[in-house]
Amino acid sequence: MPFAVERGFHMRPSVQEMIAQSKGKKNKKIIEKIIPIILFLIASVSVLTTIGIVVTLIVETITFFTRVPITDFLFGTTWLPFSNKEAMFGIWPLIIGTLKVTLIATIVAVPIGIGAAIYLSEYASETVRRIVKPVLEILAGIPTIVYGFFALTFVTPVLQSFFPEIKIFNAISPGIVVGIMIIPMIASLSEDAMSSVPKHIREGALAMGSTKFEVAMKVTLPAALSGIVASVVLAISRAIGETMIVSLAAGSTPKMDGDFTGSIQTMTSYIVQVSKGDAGYGTTIYYSIYAVGFTLFVFTMVMNILASYVSKRFREEY
Amino acid sequence: MTTVSIAKAKKGSNLNKVENTNSVYLTKQLNLWYGEKHALKNIDLDIKENEVTAIIGPSGCGKSTYIKTLNRMVELVPSVKTSGEILYRDRNIFDADYSVEELRTRVGMVFQKPNPFPKSIYDNIAYGPRIHGIKNKKILDEIVEKSLRGAAIWDEVKDRLTENAYSISGGQQQRICIARALAIEPDVILMDEPTSALDPISTLKIEELVQELKQDYSIIIVTHNMQQAARISDKTAFFLNGEVIEYDQTDAIFSNPSDKRTEDYISGRFG
Amino acid sequence: MKYIDQELVVKRMNGRNIVNTLFKGLFLLATLVSLLFLAILLYRIGTQGISHLSWDFLNNFASRFPEKAGIKAALVGSLWLMAVVAPTSIILGVGSAIYLEEYAKKNRMTAFIRTNISNLAGVPSVVFGLLGLTIFVRALSLGNSVLAAGFTMSLLILPVIIVAAQESIRAIPGELRDASYGMGATKWQTIVKVILPAAIPGILTGSILALSRAIGETAPLIVIGIPVIIQFLPSGVMDTFTALPMQIYDWSSRPQQEFQVVAAAGIIVLMVVLLLMNTVAAIIRNKFQKRY
Repeated sequence: MPFAVERGFHMRPSVQEMIAQSKGKKNKKIIEKIIPIILFLIASVSVLTTIGIVVTLIVETITFFTRVPITDFLFGTTWLPFSNKEAMFGIWPLIIGTLKVTLIATIVAVPIGIGAAIYLSEYASETVRRIVKPVLEILAGIPTIVYGFFALTFVTPVLQSFFPEIKIFNAISPGIVVGIMIIPMIASLSEDAMSSVPKHIREGALAMGSTKFEVAMKVTLPAALSGIVASVVLAISRAIGETMIVSLAAGSTPKMDGDFTGSIQTMTSYIVQVSKGDAGYGTTIYYSIYAVGFTLFVFTMVMNILASYVSKRFREEY
Repeated sequence: MTTVSIAKAKKGSNLNKVENTNSVYLTKQLNLWYGEKHALKNIDLDIKENEVTAIIGPSGCGKSTYIKTLNRMVELVPSVKTSGEILYRDRNIFDADYSVEELRTRVGMVFQKPNPFPKSIYDNIAYGPRIHGIKNKKILDEIVEKSLRGAAIWDEVKDRLTENAYSISGGQQQRICIARALAIEPDVILMDEPTSALDPISTLKIEELVQELKQDYSIIIVTHNMQQAARISDKTAFFLNGEVIEYDQTDAIFSNPSDKRTEDYISGRFG
Repeated sequence: MKYIDQELVVKRMNGRNIVNTLFKGLFLLATLVSLLFLAILLYRIGTQGISHLSWDFLNNFASRFPEKAGIKAALVGSLWLMAVVAPTSIILGVGSAIYLEEYAKKNRMTAFIRTNISNLAGVPSVVFGLLGLTIFVRALSLGNSVLAAGFTMSLLILPVIIVAAQESIRAIPGELRDASYGMGATKWQTIVKVILPAAIPGILTGSILALSRAIGETAPLIVIGIPVIIQFLPSGVMDTFTALPMQIYDWSSRPQQEFQVVAAAGIIVLMVVLLLMNTVAAIIRNKFQKRY
């Protein structure tokens, strides 16, 4: 190269010559062929996990149904697995227990979560948002075992001091705490949905003399409705699958009645109860946790699919 | 370089008209489609070595597509189909056994927006030699200095080689990108609107640099700026709607265009 | 004849403004409820557990006697667990993300993998426990070892890491890829030398947050049968172990009041570990603010 000489560099082979001589060209080709295959195998681990979950649950549940008739499980209203005389495996008491906790959690979380989302997206200044959002993230990052401990040792006693009829294990206290746990989910997903409503639509309404509240109710909320509904459905799914709070604070009494003040049992807390006990491998009780787990899986999957359907089907185009 | 030497270089290239017959890129009946869209139509171009060839035309005319076809970067867009040939040094770049990596090692590219890697200035320049297997620290040092000098930015950055390449100005970043391309001593440098994101002073520096680089490299430059083409190029090709309307000596194109459309474009009637 | 009577509008405006202010207050209240709850929770557990927090607590094994109960086995066990979860989940997660972002063609298989990942993120953790119990504990005979629990947790947080890594890779501007390809780099060279280095801060931040979820998860550990009363430290990944949330769960569910204090102390330790992890994540995020 002329100017290399000009500027006084000592002579060496040109870079192109060195590149031509460098080894590893063949390796490069092999690597380029092999890497995508390896990465594809890695990416299929998540698919295998799903398949593993579904197959595991189905196979063990089928074993369970060879011992307990499927009709007893689906239509039975008594869950008495540990009975010495005749064990009963009717799933409904566990579903009712799960729904009680979920209902209370939803009552707590939906108004608070959406209210907070409206405040953050419509009223709050940038500074407030910068403080509140990380705090909500902290709330979402607290392990559920901590929430469970708090429900059992603080929320329940406080509730008892107002309503003495509430027992030490009940549906209300874990319900409230599960509700608090899912607030960040509703608040942040709903806030995302509302913030993505373009500013000019909002400004259009404000310019007509609307108050911010009217804009929120008549413009932003309807426009972001699909995202808000999806966030609520996802949060409910999370509440259904929540395990540690109910295991610690809801008790272990599967029952069908409408009582919220006494001990109940949810699907998740039953799985925990059996797992920490010593129901031996191969017993009917052992297989029952898979049948319950499968039921739980179906419930949460339906909710998740519903959520993605709602957010896709009813997405607003701006 | 001073303006005097630019003028000299220009004059030189005119004198070269006859003797400079070595083609670096010979394009024959090139067609290119993005899916259904016919973006390049029957392109024939003979680009000579050690010249600056400018490609001008309104946006969407296919000039950027064409320059990206020369090092097959265009194939990064899915659903691109081509027909025809591009001979680079007498070898069809579309041949099945011609690896794109080999082609791009011979043909450097500078992009619209300065795009240094978020690494140190040194690592940016050493990137090319390193990926092609040059690991000797002494040789790398030498290549880095030579490339930075070649891109006329050595004096500005020699004391901050370990700093992140994003800590310098946009114009300097673009010269770092040129130095990065020089580091593997390519045969051709493709420049895709290299000054469109830069201020006038940085633009001038790059233009001067192009003049200087032409002694050692063949340069093909896409530009939306007609004055730039007039200032720095030896030959100019005018693209319109995916076709080459006119290709000639730059002086001829700008003083005496043979096609009405070229005349309309360079006189600013559209585009 | 005008349709809008301006006087009436002004009269009504008062009422509308009152409604606006009222609801603004309500919405603010809703926002404050969660903050208030967080404050009470931290204060309550802090005051409850601080009295039991001591060097002995950190250095003792579990015990039947609350005053002697310590958290050493659980703390060390959780670190062992992380030693398995971190490499496993990050390799799987980043590998999957690279495949999806850089190699996967836009076909049905890819769409299926993507949908699958988002569905997997919605599966309750207790169900992952059932998977771990069947596959790792029983089918692969890993027993209730660090490895079995680590693999289970890795699969649990895998969707989180994949999504975080995908987002960081997607945030790398296309121009950097072009620059690398333009130099004649191969795809894998471009990924290893340009894309991953630029994406690493985001990947690390996301991974640490995912790991902090794994360190606090209890349900899967219970289901795969991780014990609580352990008087020794694991010496390898095939050893049995216990973990912080397991130990806290055990203490919380004991009837004696004294154990609640021990549980609160355990929670403080767990929260400090989480705080440390989150701080590291925040430092990484701030230190490597995007430059391009």
